Amino acid sequence: MKKVTIHTSVNHKHYELEIKPNLTLLSLLREELGLTGTKCGCEVGECGACTVLMNGKAVNSCLVLAPQIDGQEIVTVEELAIGNKLHPLQESFLNHDAVHCGFCTPGMLMSAKDLLDHNSNPTEEEIRTAISGNLCRCSGYQQIVDAIQNNNVSPLKG
Amino acid sequence: MEKDEQVKMNKELKIIGKSERRVDAWGKVTGKAKYADDYNVSHQLIGKVLRSKYPHAKIICINISKAEKLTGVETVLTAKDIPGAKVFGVVVKNQAILAEDRVRYLGDGVALVAAVSKEIAEQAISLIEVEYEPLPVVSDPEEAMKPDAPVLHDDKNEFVHHHVQKGDITKGFAEADFIIERKFKTQFIEHSYIEPEAVLAEPSEQDGIKITGCVQNLFSTRRSVASMLNLDLAQVQIVQSTLGGSFGGKDEAMTLISCRAALLAMKTGRPVKMVDTREESMLESYKRHPYVLYYKWGAKKDGSITAMEIKCIADGGAYASMSPFVTWRSVVQATGPYYCENVKTDVYAAYTNNNYTGAMRGFGSPQVNFAIESMMDDLAEKVGMNPLEIRMKNGFETGAVTATGQELTHNVSLKEVLTKAAAASDFEKKWKRNREAKSDEKKHGIGLACSYRGVSLGAEGTDAAETIVSVQTDGSVIVSSGITDMGQGAQTQMSQITAEVLGISMDRIHFLNTNTSRVADSGATVASRGTIMGGSAAKNAAEKVRITLLEVGAEMTGDAVSDLDLLDNYLINIKTKKPLASFNELATACFNKGKPMVSHGWHHSPKTSWDERQGQGEAYFTFVYGANVAEVEVDIETGKVDVLDFVSVHDVGKAINKGMVEAQIFGGVAMGIGYGLLEEFEIEEGIPKQANFDEYLIPTSMDVPRIKAIIVENEDPTGPFGAKSVGEPTNELAAPAIVNAIYNATGKRIYEIPANLERVLLGHKLTRTGKRGLEQKEIEETDSCKTRGNKL
Repeated sequence: MKKVTIHTSVNHKHYELEIKPNLTLLSLLREELGLTGTKCGCEVGECGACTVLMNGKAVNSCLVLAPQIDGQEIVTVEELAIGNKLHPLQESFLNHDAVHCGFCTPGMLMSAKDLLDHNSNPTEEEIRTAISGNLCRCSGYQQIVDAIQNNNVSPLKG
Repeated sequence: MEKDEQVKMNKELKIIGKSERRVDAWGKVTGKAKYADDYNVSHQLIGKVLRSKYPHAKIICINISKAEKLTGVETVLTAKDIPGAKVFGVVVKNQAILAEDRVRYLGDGVALVAAVSKEIAEQAISLIEVEYEPLPVVSDPEEAMKPDAPVLHDDKNEFVHHHVQKGDITKGFAEADFIIERKFKTQFIEHSYIEPEAVLAEPSEQDGIKITGCVQNLFSTRRSVASMLNLDLAQVQIVQSTLGGSFGGKDEAMTLISCRAALLAMKTGRPVKMVDTREESMLESYKRHPYVLYYKWGAKKDGSITAMEIKCIADGGAYASMSPFVTWRSVVQATGPYYCENVKTDVYAAYTNNNYTGAMRGFGSPQVNFAIESMMDDLAEKVGMNPLEIRMKNGFETGAVTATGQELTHNVSLKEVLTKAAAASDFEKKWKRNREAKSDEKKHGIGLACSYRGVSLGAEGTDAAETIVSVQTDGSVIVSSGITDMGQGAQTQMSQITAEVLGISMDRIHFLNTNTSRVADSGATVASRGTIMGGSAAKNAAEKVRITLLEVGAEMTGDAVSDLDLLDNYLINIKTKKPLASFNELATACFNKGKPMVSHGWHHSPKTSWDERQGQGEAYFTFVYGANVAEVEVDIETGKVDVLDFVSVHDVGKAINKGMVEAQIFGGVAMGIGYGLLEEFEIEEGIPKQANFDEYLIPTSMDVPRIKAIIVENEDPTGPFGAKSVGEPTNELAAPAIVNAIYNATGKRIYEIPANLERVLLGHKLTRTGKRGLEQKEIEETDSCKTRGNKL
C-alpha cells in the first residue's frame, strides 16, 4: 500500500508523517505517536473511548482516517493537564468520584471539554446528550454528569 | 494488641467513611494509567487466534503450512504444540486452550499465529485450512437435558444439580388456599467491560514467563498457565495492568488469552502481545447465564407462604466454567428473604453449543431475584395487599431460619431497607395512584424489589486473602494486595483502612497493582469480597505495623505504649494530646533500630458449611440486604419503557468510602436497567446475533435516570470497621423493580426479560429474519477473527 504524507498538529506539536492511507487516527495516536491515553474499545464509533478533539470538536478517532487530519489540529487527553497541574475538568472528575475503571474517562473528558468550550453553563440534559456517545459500564453516569456540571472551568487551554 | 485496639475503636474515625479521592484516579484522568494494551516492548510479536467455523463440529485436520510460509510469521501453533495440560477449568477441567479434535461453540480457538505485525498475523490466520465435520447443535438447555440431545462432554449434558429441601412441600401445598405457578426466562448478558481483553507475555530470564494483562483472577490464570507449560507456579508471574472494567468477566476469558500468549512466547522466545477486538471479545467471552425458572408457591389468604417448589435450568454453554458455583448461589437464595416452612428447590445446569456462561456481577442472583420478586407482587395482587405490605408480612427478621436451615444471627435489616426505600419514593401513595389512573397514552408505574445476599464465597470454598503494608524510611507507605482493583475502588478502600489505622493522610499511600509473585494467593476478587477480605487483611497488616511503630515511639519518648497513638501524621501522647514526633521521624527511627517495617496481613473468613446431599447448611457467614424502587413511564403505543426515577437502598455494614459506595449503587442500578429493559445477547442455533456495541445495547447517559442512593449502616463484626459488601447486591434488583413497575402501569406482567418494546407491546419476542452481525460476515467470506482495521 502506497504511503501518504500528512502535516498535522497533535497536542500543539507539528508533525510530518508518512503513513498508510488506511490507518485510523486512533491507531496513529496510539501506535505511531505513543499517545496511549486515548483508548480503543469498539472500533465502530459506538463506545466513545477513543474520543479526541479535532479542530475543537469531539470525534471518534476510530472513525477518522489519518489522512483526514492533514492540516487539522488534534488534541488528546494528554494535553489537558499542564505538567502536574490538572485541568479543572480533571479535578472535578476526581472530586466527584467520576473515575471508576477509567477506561471511558479520557473520552468522557474530551466530550465534556467540547461541550464546555462551546457552552459554559450546560443543563443536565445538555450534558447527558453531549456524553451520550461515550459508554460507561461502571458508573451509571451520575457522578460524571455532576463532575461536568460543577466543574468551575477556568479559561481552557488549547 | 487488644488494649491498643480498644483505644483505636474509641477514637473518632478520621478517614473511614469519608469520600476520599481514589488512589488510582490521577493516572486515569491524565491518560497515564497503563491498561494492558498500553504496554509495548521492543521485538514484540502480535498473536492472533483462528476460531471455529461451526458451533459444533469434529476437527478432521488442520493444515498450517501455507500460514507458516508467510513472510513475517514466526510460528503457527495448534493444540498439539501444548506441552502440558491442554484443558483448564476452575471446577471441571474441560475447557480447551485450543480445540484439538472437536469444537463446541463458535468462540473455540483452533490455531494460533505469532507474527511481526497485526496485519501479517491476520493474513496468516486466513491461510490456515481446517477441515470440519459438522455435528448436530443443541442451543437450548432444556433440549440439551433430553436423552436424545447431542452430547458435548462425557455421557450427558446435565452437569450440575444442586438442591435444597426443607419441610414437606406436599403438606405445604395441601395447607394452601391457592397456588401460583409461573414460568420465567432470562437472557444471556455480555459483561461489556469497555476495555477488551489484552495481554503481553514475556519469557523471563529464569525459563519462566511474565504476563502483564487485564486479569481479574490472577491466581487461577497463573495455575492454568503453569500447568499448560509444565512450569512451577513460582516460574509464572502474572502482573495486573490497570483494569478497564471486568464485572466478573475477566476470569476464564483472560486465562485463555494468557495461556495462548504464553504458549506463543515460550515457543518463539519473544514477547507476544495479544489484544482482542470487540468482535472477538463478544464472540469468545462467557456471558451471564440465561435461566428458565419454574416457580410454584402455595399461599394462604392472609398472604403467608405455605410451600415453594422451584426448578431452575441454567444454560451452561460449551464449558463448565463457574456454573457449579453460580447455580449454587441460586439454590441458596432461590426463595428470597421470605419465611416458608416447606421448600424444594432444584437448580440444574446443562451444556449447550452456546457461549459458555460464568461469573457476572450478581452470580446467580439476578435470575432468581427476577422470579422471586415478580412472584411476590403476584401474591400481593391475589390477596389484595400492596407490594410493601406483602414483603413486610413475609420478610425475614433477625433470628429467621433460611431455606437451607441457617439461623440469621446478624442484624437482619430487610425491613429497614424496605421501609426506607418506600419512604424515599413515596411508594404506597404512588402505587395506588398509578393503579387508579385513567387510561392514557403514557402510563406511569412504580415497582419495588428487595433481596438478601450471602457475603463473599460462603461454602463455595477456601476464603482468605493477603494485604501487605510496608512503611518506608521517609514515612511513605506502600500497600499491595492479592485483591485486585477493577475500577470498583478496592485499592482506595484498603488505603483508607491502612491510613486510618496508621493515623496518616491518604497522600502517603502508594498502592501497587497485584503481582502473583509478590503477594500470596488470595483467591479471586469476586463475590463482593474485596472489602471484607482485602480490607480485613489490610487492617490486620496495618495494626501489626502500628504496634511496632508505637513500641519504637515508647523507646524514643519514654512514654508507655498505652499512652501513645498515631494521629494526623504524628505520634502523640493521648493524655497530653501533644505531638511527640512526626510519622516520618518515627519511621526513620524504626528503621534505625532495625525493626520490621513491613507486615503481611492475612484474613480468613469465618466458618461456613454445606451438605450437598441434604441441601442444608450455614451457607454464608453473613448477609446483606437491599431494596430498590423504580418509577417508569410506559408508552403504550410503542411499548417503550423509560425509567424516570430510582431509589436504591443498601445495608453495606459500614461505608469505608461513601462516594465509592454510592458509585457502586449508581453503576449497579444502571447495569440492572440494562438487564431489565435493553440487553440481550441472542444466540440462535449456536450463532450469536450481536458482534459489537452497535447491536448489543448497554445503557447510555440518556437511559439512566438520576438515582437516589441510600446507604444503611448496620456494622457487622465480620468485616473491617463493620463493612460488608456492595458490588453485586446493587445489580440484582433493578430488573424486577422495573418489571413490577411496568405491571403497576399497565396491568400486564412480563415473564421474560429484557422488557423491550416487543415484549411490552406484544407480550412476546420478535425473531430476527434478516441476516446481520456475524452471519453477514460469513456471507462476505471474511474471517471472524479479522479486525475492522484490516478491512479499511
